[in-house]
Formats: sequence, C-alpha cells, structure tokens
Amino acid sequence: MPAPPVAIVDYDAGNLMSVRRACREVGLDAEISSDPQVVRAADRIIFPGVGAAGSAMRSLRCSGVGAALMDAYRGGKPILGICLGLQISLEHSEENDTQTLGLVPGEVRRFRLNDPALKVPHMGWNAVRVVRSHPVLADIATDDEFYFVHAYRPVPTRTEDVLAVSTYEGEFCSALGRANYVATQFHPEKSGRVGLKLLERFGAWDGHA
Amino acid sequence: MLSKRVIACLDVRDGHLAKSIKFVNTRNIGDPVAKAREYYTDGLDELVFYDITASSDRRKIILDVVEAVAEQVFIPLSVGGGVASVADATDLRLAGAEKINVNSAAVRRPALIAECADAIGNQNVVLSMDIRQVGVSEEMPSGYEIVIDGGRKPMAMDALAWALEGERLGAGELVVNSIDADGTREGYELKLTRMLSEAVRIPVIASGGAGEPSHLYDVLTEGKADAALVASMVHYGDYTVSGLKRYLHERGVKVRMSW
Repeated sequence: MPAPPVAIVDYDAGNLMSVRRACREVGLDAEISSDPQVVRAADRIIFPGVGAAGSAMRSLRCSGVGAALMDAYRGGKPILGICLGLQISLEHSEENDTQTLGLVPGEVRRFRLNDPALKVPHMGWNAVRVVRSHPVLADIATDDEFYFVHAYRPVPTRTEDVLAVSTYEGEFCSALGRANYVATQFHPEKSGRVGLKLLERFGAWDGHA
Repeated sequence: MLSKRVIACLDVRDGHLAKSIKFVNTRNIGDPVAKAREYYTDGLDELVFYDITASSDRRKIILDVVEAVAEQVFIPLSVGGGVASVADATDLRLAGAEKINVNSAAVRRPALIAECADAIGNQNVVLSMDIRQVGVSEEMPSGYEIVIDGGRKPMAMDALAWALEGERLGAGELVVNSIDADGTREGYELKLTRMLSEAVRIPVIASGGAGEPSHLYDVLTEGKADAALVASMVHYGDYTVSGLKRYLHERGVKVRMSW
C-alpha cells in the first residue's frame, strides 16, 4: 500500500471522519490509520482525538503508534495535534493522572473557574489570539473564532512554545508548537472557513517554524 | 469568552425538510442538504437534524442525509430523533454527526444517557426535552412536565427534576423545547429556559417559538440560554442567519461575526 501524503493517527480516540473530510475539502489526501508503518511512511501527520488521556495513552502504547509518532517528530515531519492530540503531547495530564508523550514540556490541568455561570467543558466558539507568528496560524484574524470542546487546558512550561491564547475567565494556551510540531486546542475541522484555512496551511507547511 | 450560538434545526422527514406547528401538520419545505449548506456559508454556528421519518427504512435515509451534509458543512452537526441505543448513536457519528440528541428513549430508559456518554463522550450527548407548562403540583413542583413521542405522550414527570437527572447521568448539553411555544413565532419560553439554565452546569439550548430577532436576544440574555435554536424564521426566508447574528451583535450579545 503506498504511503498517504497525510496520515490521520487513529488510536481509538473518537470520530476521525470529520478530520478526513475537512482535509479532503482543502485538497489534502489524508488516510485514517492505526498502523505504525503507515504513520512512519506518511509525509505529514495529523494527531487528533477526543476522549480521555488515560485510555488514549494506553492505546498509543499498545498499538505502537505512539512510538511511530515520536519517530516522525524526531525525523522532522510536520505534525498537527488537535484537541486531545495536543494535550497528550505535553508531559503530564491531570486527567486520569497520566504520564503523556512529553514532546513539549508542560502539563494539562482541568479548568477551575470561579464564576459559577461559566460552564465546563468549555464548549463553543471562541476567539484565538496569535501571540507568536507561525506559518500554520498565519491566516488567523482578530475576529476569527474557532470551535472548542474541552474540560482540560494545556499549560506549556516555556512561553516560547505558546503560539496562541484564548480567554475563558483567564487566558489559556489554545495553540502551541515546537520545531516541526504544531497543535491546536480547538477543532479546525469544525471551525468553518477559518479552520479549513488552517488545515490548508498545515498541508503546505515545511515543518520549520 | 465564548460566543452565544445560533443553531438551525432542520426537521427531516423521508429525506426532506419539514416544519411542524405545535408538533403536527408537518409539510415539506425543501432539500435539507442545500439548506444546511446555505446556512453554513451564512455564518451558522451549529446545525441540528431532527429525524421525524416514520417509515421502517428511516435509519438509512437520515444516515444518507447526515453523510451528504458532513461532506460540505464544517461546523458541529447534531442529530436526533429516534435514537434508542448506543448503536444508533455510533452509526450517526460515523455518518458525520458530532453530537447525538436523545429524547423519548432516554425518558423511557434513563441509562441510555450514561451508555451514550461512555461510548461517545459526555460532550457529545445532548438531552433534548419536550416540555409543557402544567399547574404546580406535588408530582410536578416546577410546574413543567416532560412529554415524549413528538409531543403526544405526557409523562407526569417534572421537567426540572429530569434535567438534573440527565446532567447527573452524563448529558453534556440540554435542549429545552417548549411545546407551548413551538411554531407559534411568539417567542421562546423565557421563564422555563432561565429556570433550567440556572439549575444545571451544562450549556442550555433554547428551542421553540422564535419568530423575530428580539426573541433570540431575550432568550440569550433574560433567558440565560447559551444557544438559540431557530427553524421557521430562517427556513421560509423571513430572516437570514447572518442578519440574526448582526442584530444580536449590534445589541451587545457576543456572537461569532467572522466566517
């Protein structure tokens, strides 16, 4: 089987069809796969996911796809993490007290809000403010909003890894990146035109920030 | 901060778009895929399909519609109508639905909510409630009653108690649909929406009765809803999604204005 240009990593972490549909809409030939060989062979990788950190990490370890992802990262391939994919790229998650991949220094904490009217999960459309320019985020304008669904937020250790922030009571990191890895807490595949633009940018990215 | 959402509801019967008044007299008003696409490009925040097909091959019909829409509409899609098992929910998810609405089957068997939450995540399980006003009684202290089977079967079950139970069982969102207001175009049931929104910690979508832009404003402010569901007012072309959002934005309601 020839390697797809884009591999969407399947590790039992939710419905990936919407990611593939959105990729195809912007002309990216993407295949969903849980096969470490396919992930290793792809030109670029999307690492999506919804669900819980604990079961996601177990699945990544058992299938060997976690190791393939790490190899791809070390090999300099462009990788896009989405939602849970972003969260388990940090070192530790408060969700199920889980040790995660450690691609980016930092941890994941649950939202703890003072305002009782604010609901958790943080679900819906919110603005994303780019704080560090990046080729994949280049089209995001001030008024653009993206679709979020999450109860935990990423807290990278190093400020230079934070690419964008959003506000929910306080500010939180809504996009991060390091070298050939970039990730969004929001769902570009469900964020209309601006989300599709981001996927298109990722498809053209050479992996250099 | 989060924007308030404008959600369009498309009732689908036999693959066509239908609209009912007070839950009866449904009639065909167009192609759901074309309407979905139109609203998406006009700034809609989320789309709900409600399957009201009665025929035995209903599942295939709605799955085809959801799949066709998911190919071209890149905002959250929610589907409801007759979801009675995790298998129903999973099939709809594979076809492209993000969220699954449960209603009558969850009233009959509340464990359905927990089962779906386990299988597809709490945030994707929407408890849709059809509610009518009744007198305050010992049985129904909130003065609102749950009705199932498309508005036909009153359950002598308190709406507030059921909302709290649904949240406890793992629902990630509530649709509060007032049967009294449905199709009247006279405004949402503000008192009911506010009561439920203040009682739960999950988002509340107000449904039933929207006829004018001010109705959306009222339910998103006074009614404390997180999202407003519209149907007839956009289906018949009286208003557009972008026009509604501009109206809300001009009056200080935070809505997504870039698409």
